[in-house]
Amino acid sequence: MITQAESKKKPLLKVNNLKQHFPIKGGIFGRTVNHVKAVDDISFTIYEGETLSIVGESGCGKSTTGRAILRLDEPTSGSVFFEGQDLLAMSKSQMRNMRKHLQVIFQDPFASLNPRQSVSQILGEALAIQNIVPAGKRRERIIELLGYVGLRPDQIDRFPHEFSGGQRQRIGIARALAMQPKLIICDEAVSALDVSIQAQVLNLLKSLQRQFKLTYLFISHDLGVVRHISDRVMVMYLGKVVEIADKKSLFDNPQHPYTQALLSAIPVPDASKKQERIILRGDVPSPINPPTGCRFHTRCPHAMDRCKTEIPALTSLHDTHQVACHLVQ
Amino acid sequence: MKVEYAPTNQALPPKATTARPGRWRTFYRKLRKNKLAMVGGCIVVFYIAIALLAPLIAPSDPYAIDLVNKLKPPSAEHWMGTDDKGRDVLSRLLYGTRLSMSVGFVSVFIGAFFGIILGLLSGYYGKWVDTIISRVIDVLLAFPGILLSLAIVSALGPSLFNVMVAVGVFSIPVFARIVRGSTLTVKKLEYIDAIRSLGANDFTIIFKHIFPNILSPIIVQATMRLATAILSAAGLSFLGLGAQPPLPEWGAMLSNGRDFLFTAPYLAMFPGLAIATLVLGFNIFGDGLRDALDPRMKQ
Repeated sequence: MITQAESKKKPLLKVNNLKQHFPIKGGIFGRTVNHVKAVDDISFTIYEGETLSIVGESGCGKSTTGRAILRLDEPTSGSVFFEGQDLLAMSKSQMRNMRKHLQVIFQDPFASLNPRQSVSQILGEALAIQNIVPAGKRRERIIELLGYVGLRPDQIDRFPHEFSGGQRQRIGIARALAMQPKLIICDEAVSALDVSIQAQVLNLLKSLQRQFKLTYLFISHDLGVVRHISDRVMVMYLGKVVEIADKKSLFDNPQHPYTQALLSAIPVPDASKKQERIILRGDVPSPINPPTGCRFHTRCPHAMDRCKTEIPALTSLHDTHQVACHLVQ
Repeated sequence: MKVEYAPTNQALPPKATTARPGRWRTFYRKLRKNKLAMVGGCIVVFYIAIALLAPLIAPSDPYAIDLVNKLKPPSAEHWMGTDDKGRDVLSRLLYGTRLSMSVGFVSVFIGAFFGIILGLLSGYYGKWVDTIISRVIDVLLAFPGILLSLAIVSALGPSLFNVMVAVGVFSIPVFARIVRGSTLTVKKLEYIDAIRSLGANDFTIIFKHIFPNILSPIIVQATMRLATAILSAAGLSFLGLGAQPPLPEWGAMLSNGRDFLFTAPYLAMFPGLAIATLVLGFNIFGDGLRDALDPRMKQ
């Protein structure tokens, strides 16, 4: 359903019917007794130069989606087209070559850098693996990269433990930039940082996006951060996409009851403004045996009989707003 | 916020000369604080020095038979007496250090080499690779070590080299287990994912990124294993399966001394003491290493 507004933009990454089911082994013979349906049949498109955010609570499959696109975990089924080529159909060595176009920034800046490598080794290795810069010019390039992310040239031979969390995250960003990627997946990239550092790193990501024409898939549970950085937002619940829209439309006019509940949880910095909170009852159901029909019906304040049996399809509300709910159809 | 440090044209800073900051110094400082470990370390260094210097410090030829002076008790001339063929026990003991040490190091090297490779493969690839390797290791572990090496030596024939092979083989599962476990932990860390998403191949990931980060438990295990290997080798030689006469191997000397326990107890006592102190030295040094290297005990 390519609408007029969308057809003008060029799709960079197209995810179709992606499924990621993790087997649960049990019994004495280690047979597969069940599956955790972490991501269950989702489709979406990322357009060149935009920032698409995935939000949702823990366990909704947002990080799994990112890892599946990068084939850090092999997805169960589906296809991921990057510039028209299916990443999931590629051989291991073809995929290794493709990896320079898709980079990732991880959540934990303390775990994402090898503690035994200095900055120059970390970045030098990135350059060496894909042979982006000839060996003789690597050190210059590393210093250039450090400059882009706001680190000093004299920090080049330091080790990760000599940096603060924010600085380490900058090294992680520099490592991703070293590959001159087109798409960067930011997997909770600022969640582990202090709020003040978060803002700095977010602004850095934004300015790098302008400078290098990057496309971001930004995975986060923090709606404030998402509002700051995104062009479009995708809301996930229990392995399914429930709503996907441009930022303004989603924040101003959320359609799905789950999105509404999520947004009502954002604190408002004005005590006099009374805000109606939608409190969701109960826990997220298990992704091993997700509810039939609409996955949200067990906690939805507006659930109808139909929701228990029929899976709502993602339907367009208008040009840039799609939602999967029986209420809006 | 703006990027504070724009790329500058200033000259490239020189490469740092201190390559490993803090890490090894912290480790050394912790080890120094541990008195017992230092004692163990001294014993180990003492024996290594003896092994290296044996020809220089030995008072006489360890193979020179002097039947006139056989079974002499310790004296100024023969500090540890002479054996039933009149050979100087001290000289034999000093030369024996070389044998015990080389048995220890060679067999631990064999065990560690194959154990590390098997452990890395099994931990990194998982699935059927892990299943096969783990089951084979389980089978090897089910045998008591000494029984397994007895079987290997009797199959290959008694010789000191075969003892090294046998002791090495029964060390393989121990290393494989430890390496597999550590690999499982390290491969889940984000920096391994990061390297993978850069497009590194499995060989680079395993040997450049996983292996250096699991060295600590391997070093500790190798030190502890040296003690076991020396003890097992002495045991096999004691049973007549290892070093053959006239080699001055400690286990063989002990076995020989057993026949004269009542008339010349020093014949069994000195090799026994040597084995006991060296094994003890490696063990307490290994304990100290573990305490100093264990990341969970970081200050």
